Amino acid sequence: MRNFFATRLGTWTGFAAAALVLFGLAPLVLSGFRLGLLAQFTCYAIVAVGIGLAWGRGGMLTLGQGVFFGMGAYLMAMHLKMADAEFRNGPGAVPDFMELAGIRELPAYWAPFSSPVFTIAAILVLPTAFAVVLGLAVFKRRVKGAYFAILSQALAGAFAILLIGQQSLGGFNGLSRFRYFFGYNLDDPVNQQMLYFIAAGVLLVVVAIALQLRRSRYGELLVAVRDAEERVRFLGYDAANIKVVAYATAALFASVAGAIFVPVVGIISPASIGIVPSIMFILGVAIGGRASLVGPVVGALAVAWAQTALSEQFPSAWTYAQGLLFILVIALLPGGIASVAALTKRFQRTPAPVEAAA
Amino acid sequence: MPHRFTTLPSPARTFARTLAASVAITGLVATAACGSRAGEETAAAESCVDTSGDTIKVGALNSLSGTMSISETTVRDAIYLAVDEINAAGGVQGKEIEIVAEDGASEPTVFAEKAEKLIREDCVAAVFGGWTSASRKAMLPVFEDNDSLLYYPVQYEGLEASENIFYTGATTNQQIIPALDYLAETGVKSLYLVGSDYVFPRTANAIINAYAADKGIEILGEDYAQLGSVEFSTIVNQVSASGADAVFNTLNGDSNVAFFREYANVGLTAEEMPVMSVSIAEEEVGGIGVENIEGQLAAWNYYQTVESPANTTFVEAFKAEYGADRVTSDPMEAAYNSVYLWAATVEKAESFAVEDIQANADGVSFDSPEGTVVIDGDNHHVTKTARIGEISADGLLYTVWESEGPIEPDPFLEGYDWAADLTVTE
Repeated sequence: MRNFFATRLGTWTGFAAAALVLFGLAPLVLSGFRLGLLAQFTCYAIVAVGIGLAWGRGGMLTLGQGVFFGMGAYLMAMHLKMADAEFRNGPGAVPDFMELAGIRELPAYWAPFSSPVFTIAAILVLPTAFAVVLGLAVFKRRVKGAYFAILSQALAGAFAILLIGQQSLGGFNGLSRFRYFFGYNLDDPVNQQMLYFIAAGVLLVVVAIALQLRRSRYGELLVAVRDAEERVRFLGYDAANIKVVAYATAALFASVAGAIFVPVVGIISPASIGIVPSIMFILGVAIGGRASLVGPVVGALAVAWAQTALSEQFPSAWTYAQGLLFILVIALLPGGIASVAALTKRFQRTPAPVEAAA
Repeated sequence: MPHRFTTLPSPARTFARTLAASVAITGLVATAACGSRAGEETAAAESCVDTSGDTIKVGALNSLSGTMSISETTVRDAIYLAVDEINAAGGVQGKEIEIVAEDGASEPTVFAEKAEKLIREDCVAAVFGGWTSASRKAMLPVFEDNDSLLYYPVQYEGLEASENIFYTGATTNQQIIPALDYLAETGVKSLYLVGSDYVFPRTANAIINAYAADKGIEILGEDYAQLGSVEFSTIVNQVSASGADAVFNTLNGDSNVAFFREYANVGLTAEEMPVMSVSIAEEEVGGIGVENIEGQLAAWNYYQTVESPANTTFVEAFKAEYGADRVTSDPMEAAYNSVYLWAATVEKAESFAVEDIQANADGVSFDSPEGTVVIDGDNHHVTKTARIGEISADGLLYTVWESEGPIEPDPFLEGYDWAADLTVTE
């Protein structure tokens, strides 16, 4: 299995099968509502691919991906609110939620977001640049392990608190009520399906990038830094730079996921980007198997799907069922869902390939 | 033999091809599947509500997990009680009401997701629930886009009127303004404002500031605490030092417990500096501890102690169903009313269709525990009697003042000259 998917033919087969499922099968068997949910879960999966890279391959337990997810989401939401206001009231119009908050003048930092090009550039550049600066500051000082985890989590908490205080960004309620996505009506089911296709396509692209990084010499270095940072340093590499690349890539993925999340779900608020959502991102990756390529994707989709399915079945008791499921997976499958294959091999008394001890 | 280039898979080439293929597929599928553009009419979402059977489905969407569950489960209980009573009396249009329950999980995104699920998958005729403004704001586009109905049962900050939402709790002119009128009547000349940092307290305080400027009341301070914050020594010391005649409290949730304990701790009493609260009802008094809050004031439209035949029936039925130790509160009563108001509108319209309910809602009334409530067809709010209550040693609230009859809802405060600068009406 493993060997087949490592070949070029295997890679192509894997991607073709994934594309077939995402673009062909899913729209056929799922209702419009379920497809919208899948689009939302796909956004979580995009974040998860980044975490798989930073944590699974690079050993950086980033408990604060909500920050980058939130940046992308808020940047996109600002554009959607601006476009909406301008469509109804002409250039320079104040978005509806600001009118209610008593803000009469458009804040200066909002103005550039009426441009779609600026917005997309900002979504790609700002969170990545922030991650590079933060990563350099942290990794050059050789902050790692639990200290890095605590720092990144504190950042997520602080970011959420900062946003709650910003009335010009919707405060506690966040931004919602988006009508158009780059000129397309968001209440049209056809356009909602288009959003799903965009999310699915981005997921494939992101997985392809992660695959390339894993197979490159850089990927080898990243694993080496994870497993023996001192030795890599003795060989003459700057471990901090290697980590920063993975961290910034994870930030970029999270930001893009946030940007797609906003038109799909229709709301972004501090509740979706703080400490708890950030931990949920990690949880999906841990359940799926952080060190494998598809593990984080499978885990993120499975956790989100289980949460929805369980809460629909048992509205008042689903949290217990979900907790039990987490305990079972972590206890019985420490390597995540992706390690099921390895586990079956173990039962067949053939030695399982040793992959990525953490 | 000429040298041949190796055909080993080059990672970079595979990558470039995979990337190109992914982008191409996405681009093709996405552009091939484009729908209507801004300004064009979207085909109206087809309602899938099934009215052919003996039952009619409605949704109950409350937070059954997360921080809001302690409050929202009480609202769910009230919704179930009303549905059971209506079913026992023959249902709506001869159909038995069937509840589909969902958990909002105290998260706006979950509220939006579950609302859409109820409308599109379960095909419910109406949804009852929501508590926080964040949850309502998250659900609003879902109900508008799918042209369905939400009955929202909690007092809120006003400045909203959607065709697809019926607001059965108080808007600001049915709660905050009467509370200010009461304080002004009792001779209060200065106020200190304390609230949680989110939209309701901020809007409420903007209204209070405008009111105070007009009526010559001095605002001596305005402090906000993070939602869930339990550290109040600084704020209470500032309140104490200000020497204000009264405190207007818009704190929400656990913060109230910490605030009132600290308030009693520094020796402030209801006699020297009364606190007017707008989020403390029967349910919360127990958690705060009666000894810390006895004699303080609250502004609502309903208390368990309201004397009316309808309320006696409601309280007895509730206790019989859920236990004698349970109390009834304003949001519970508003949720109970909302089910009856929906049923009455359906009976009047003789239809479950959204447009028929919207067209027939104006003037629909219900003899509720708080008194008669009537739907305003223009803004979808209801008339409500304002009541100031005093918290007594038995943990209940007793009315010390009430408005002369029900107050017409005015969510955008158009009837108040001093509020002209506060709002931009759409």
